[in-house]
Amino acid sequence: MATTLTPVLTDTWDADRSWTLASYEDAGGYRGLRKALSLPAADVVTMVKDSGLRGRGGAGFPTGMKWGFLPAPDGGPRYLVVNADESEPGTCKDIPLMMASPQHLIEGMIITSYAIGCHHAFLYVRGEVLHVYRRLLKSIEEARAKGYLGTDILGSGFDLEITLHAGAGAYICGEETALLDSLEGLRGQPRLKPPFPAVAGLYARPTVVNNVESIASVPGIVVGGSDWFKSMGTEKSTGHGLFSLSGHVTRPGQYEAPLGITLRELLEMAGGIREGHELKFWTPGGSSTPIFTAEHLDVPLDYESVGAAGSMLGTRALQIFDETTSVVRAVTRWTEFYKHESCGKCTPCREGTYWLTQVLQRIEAGQGTLADIDLLLDLCDNILGKAFCALGDGATSPITSAVQYFREEFVAGTHTPADVLFPPENSSLFVYTPKHELAGVHA
Amino acid sequence: MTILSSGPTTSLVPAAPVAPVAPEGELVTFTVDGIETAVPKGTLVIRAAEQLGIQIPRFCDHPLLAPAGACRQCLVEVWAPGRDGALAKMPKPQASCTLEATPGMQVKTQHTSPEADKAQHGVMELLLINHPLDCPVCDKGGECPLQNQAMSNGRASTRFVDVKRTFPKPIAISTQILLDRERCILCQRCTRFSEEIAGDVFIDLQKRGANQQIGTFDTNVLGFAGEAPLGASAEDTSGRPFASYFSGNTVQICPVGALTSAAYRFRSRPFDLVSTPGIGEHDSQGSAIRIDHRRGVVLRRLAGEDPTVNQEWITDKDRFAFTWQSAPDRITTPLVRNADGELEPASWVEALDVAAAGLRAAQQPDDPRDTAIGVAVLPGGRLTLEDAYAYGKFARVALGTNDVDGRARPHSAEEETFLGHHVAGRTLQVTFADLDRAPAVLLVGLEAEEEAGIAFLRLRDSVVSRKLRVLSVAALASRGLERLSGTLLPAAPGTEAEVLDGIGTDPALAETATLLGTAGALVLVGERLAGVSGGFSAAVRLAQRTGARLAWVPRRVGERSAVEAGLLPSLLPGGRPVADSAARVDLAAAWGVDHLPAEPGRSTTEILAAARAGQLGGLVVGGLELADLPDPAIAREALDRATFVVSLEVRHSEVTDRADVVLPVAPPTEKPGTFVTWEGRPRPFPQALVSHSMADHRVLDRLADALGVELGLQTIGAVHDELDQLGGWDGTRVGAPDVPAAEPPAVSPGTAVLATWHQLLDGGRLQSGEPFLAGTAKRPVARISAGTATAVGVEDGGSLTVSTDAGSLTLPAVVTEMPDHVVWLPTNAVGAGVRDALHADAGHLVRLAPGARDLEASA
Repeated sequence: MATTLTPVLTDTWDADRSWTLASYEDAGGYRGLRKALSLPAADVVTMVKDSGLRGRGGAGFPTGMKWGFLPAPDGGPRYLVVNADESEPGTCKDIPLMMASPQHLIEGMIITSYAIGCHHAFLYVRGEVLHVYRRLLKSIEEARAKGYLGTDILGSGFDLEITLHAGAGAYICGEETALLDSLEGLRGQPRLKPPFPAVAGLYARPTVVNNVESIASVPGIVVGGSDWFKSMGTEKSTGHGLFSLSGHVTRPGQYEAPLGITLRELLEMAGGIREGHELKFWTPGGSSTPIFTAEHLDVPLDYESVGAAGSMLGTRALQIFDETTSVVRAVTRWTEFYKHESCGKCTPCREGTYWLTQVLQRIEAGQGTLADIDLLLDLCDNILGKAFCALGDGATSPITSAVQYFREEFVAGTHTPADVLFPPENSSLFVYTPKHELAGVHA
Repeated sequence: MTILSSGPTTSLVPAAPVAPVAPEGELVTFTVDGIETAVPKGTLVIRAAEQLGIQIPRFCDHPLLAPAGACRQCLVEVWAPGRDGALAKMPKPQASCTLEATPGMQVKTQHTSPEADKAQHGVMELLLINHPLDCPVCDKGGECPLQNQAMSNGRASTRFVDVKRTFPKPIAISTQILLDRERCILCQRCTRFSEEIAGDVFIDLQKRGANQQIGTFDTNVLGFAGEAPLGASAEDTSGRPFASYFSGNTVQICPVGALTSAAYRFRSRPFDLVSTPGIGEHDSQGSAIRIDHRRGVVLRRLAGEDPTVNQEWITDKDRFAFTWQSAPDRITTPLVRNADGELEPASWVEALDVAAAGLRAAQQPDDPRDTAIGVAVLPGGRLTLEDAYAYGKFARVALGTNDVDGRARPHSAEEETFLGHHVAGRTLQVTFADLDRAPAVLLVGLEAEEEAGIAFLRLRDSVVSRKLRVLSVAALASRGLERLSGTLLPAAPGTEAEVLDGIGTDPALAETATLLGTAGALVLVGERLAGVSGGFSAAVRLAQRTGARLAWVPRRVGERSAVEAGLLPSLLPGGRPVADSAARVDLAAAWGVDHLPAEPGRSTTEILAAARAGQLGGLVVGGLELADLPDPAIAREALDRATFVVSLEVRHSEVTDRADVVLPVAPPTEKPGTFVTWEGRPRPFPQALVSHSMADHRVLDRLADALGVELGLQTIGAVHDELDQLGGWDGTRVGAPDVPAAEPPAVSPGTAVLATWHQLLDGGRLQSGEPFLAGTAKRPVARISAGTATAVGVEDGGSLTVSTDAGSLTLPAVVTEMPDHVVWLPTNAVGAGVRDALHADAGHLVRLAPGARDLEASA
């Protein structure tokens, strides 16, 4: 039986002014909060633990277990910090979610805060998305006006304030400890762990850091129950998730489906690869996850299966590339991104991305050597697992996987520029005017 | 003494007992390269490996700084037991500088793990891709951790054929510290030092990724306020121009040649240098230093390593101010004043004969009506223990007088009693280690950062690491106190005793009383308290009342030596009171003389007053700056009036101009000796440079010889033997001082009470000849409260003239939170010496007036 879509977070996106509180309440919003407030906090934690919800930010760590790591209350503050610093190339799920249905997130934050004993939650949103920032501000105002935030929420005696904070434009601040430093007003660089945020996070207090989609999924679990949530997905990867299809696909967009769906199924729903073309490679979870090819069309998109096939489910950012795309060029652009976004703290990431970029640019220009390919792989080996945080690891994934599946294109980079082999205008969905003179046919 | 010890008893200034090995808590057993070891819980793998003799390459790691894990050079392979107890390999190599050893862990370093070895080679190659190959011209070349470890743990050749990152070079962070960013490997040692240790954050990481760099701060962004250095400088994080007293440490801990000092840059190659250990001569902290010299010229000084004293840090003054020892005005031969009144070079034999004849004549004038009888000794405050002892013995044995006083600064009889009662002979009762344990420390008349740099760093370490409470009785909260998160107990100069007496009774000081009542609390008093009538008495009472332990932290290096060696008119070596006949008999027996003068002598001020009044025949003067004395004008007149002056000096000074015989002596690099810290800890040092110069004790021995007296102090060994034989004193001590607090002076309109203390970098003569360091000194300003400023009619930043009948000083006014009717001036800023210009000191009344804008400081 073919898997079908399971719209939960996306259910009301087509409603009129779906982002308003009224629209959210009309669709049954804030029932979860009322139910949660009637339960002991520990039961809410148990419910989320039982649901098997795993972090939707990429790493897939069980959300309820993360909450359980908080030490016993000592009378001091504990914080919930929501990571809305969505900046991974290809990842585009949280921002549409916050635009279309911000109250999902806010209700989730209130329930989570209640569950973990937090009275001041922080929402760290990527600074570049000003429209989302403004929408969230308005949404928090609406929720506050309605008594969902502030003191004695819904007469329960529970107090909560949410602070919305805009980042300053650094990809690294999506890393949870760098995010905390940034939130504290410091330079955004990852912290040494241990101590983990659960023990000493924001302002050195116990802190839970969760992704937007994880938190937004909580109200549904509270309303529907953990068994309802587990009825979707696979045994170890339960529930629904947003699959963001982009690139050379007929109908790109958000497809909310149970974990374990395959790209083949998703592509059918999305109308397939753009007309007249065929799938060449794709990312299962954003640019930091090793690429897949057509041979992986039937890999179930759950944490275990994708891992077994040599990649990571990540953020389910499915970037689809057809046969007109130069893998060398795509990988070079990604690597340039990592070079630009490396925070600079540790040597492998800072210097490694700097070097990788230069080697890749050489190969893209058709001026590489065969030794350069081995050099790329060895550099990636010297970065992978040696860097301070996962940014360095992520920077190597596209390169090593691209060489694994498309070594011949790198070999071609020793004599032919990538834009000769793959004229870029063939890849574009619109009329393409190169900004720079190209090395190949246009030269 | 530990050197050449032959004495049976406790010596005069005993060395610190070897600290017992700290009782170890829970031990963790694990292996490194198959070698089993047990280390205290919490030990980092890289430290444990060091203890086994296994060196893991590293850059960002520094034992005194918090782990960073930034450079990734120290990666090792790690196996650890999992929950099931089975040993499992950690998926990634681990940074051993951030990894704590856990039971059963198996660590494989580059020696046994190909994976660790490859990881280290990989990181090293990456560190080098953007590092310039300018080692042949780099200061660090030859002693560079990057260079060394690139050889030991790096590839023989590079695969990098691409474009290197470059920067304009260098950035001058101050006149002294220069930064070449392209050499930097971003280990963050310098930024962590400035943040964690010194607390004067002046550089920080900026930008990101491959563009990340150590950078300085822009006043236009951050605004401006506060203490500016004399020379050009960058700004610190608060927007203040960077004026750090500890910046030189960043140069030393930089693992590459990115930070260099202007004074040493391009001057020498490390492998041409000869290194001799030494002790800093600029304060009573006794910092271990390393003197690097080449062919008889000192080129630089570095911090030595001594966990009990200065850890691995020294002040910039100890690091950079050494050129005075080889200044062009060094006196190289004995000088004798000829019949024309000119000093001319003489042989030692001649000079000593003339000096002895002159001193004998001064003791017994030919004319019986001559009132100028007797010789006094003013040895200065910068002596080694050996030299101080020699001056004291010379005065008492060769000259038969107790007219000897090592205090070349404001002093009082009350202070002398305090020193005899509480300080002399009580060595190592409060130590640096006590600062690390104290729950609270009260500073009285002591500006720790300016006057006791190492104590400041250790206090700050405790403030940061374990929330030590620091309190200070002073006229204003200095930036140093702010960086100690200190609490100011405001006191106008002269009222300190009142505040101290109020602790325990005044409800406003209740918290202070509670803190000082906590076990281990300390009260540190500075030499400045001598200017406060009743100050030391109140401090002793406070200690008795609260149970806090009291320690005296003087500024100059020789102050404690002087007290221990008996360079006080009423005190003999080891705290023996002159007035105590048993003490005199004990000492006379040790010295092999019939008797010692029983009359207590005169203090520095009394000696100078007597000489000025024609009551003294002669003076033997050690390294003394007349401008340092409470009233330099009186001192000059006194020396002019004295019949016969013998000067023992390193460099030409005001005393030289007034001396009849000048005997050159060796500076610290050219002699062995022992400085004594404020704690009473002996700090022996060897001779660094080959020299013909003689130490003071040797010159005094020969001078005594010429006087027909055998001192027996010709060699340092002889001095040490005698110190060991002499030992301490267990007889009666001087009683506690009990001087009532004086009423503060009445302040009439237009006048104010002067508050003043020395800044670390100022016009002191031991800092001359070092322009790069001088540029980092704080710009001299006058501080007054907003109320005083309004009353005087001076705006913040405007010009303020402070005057007395003796003269005036005009400085920019800085409005500061402090008591009204008080003005603060730096004691001895370049061109603005308070004592010289005003003949005034802390607690004295001065007049205030708006200064003419175009006037610079003038006397």
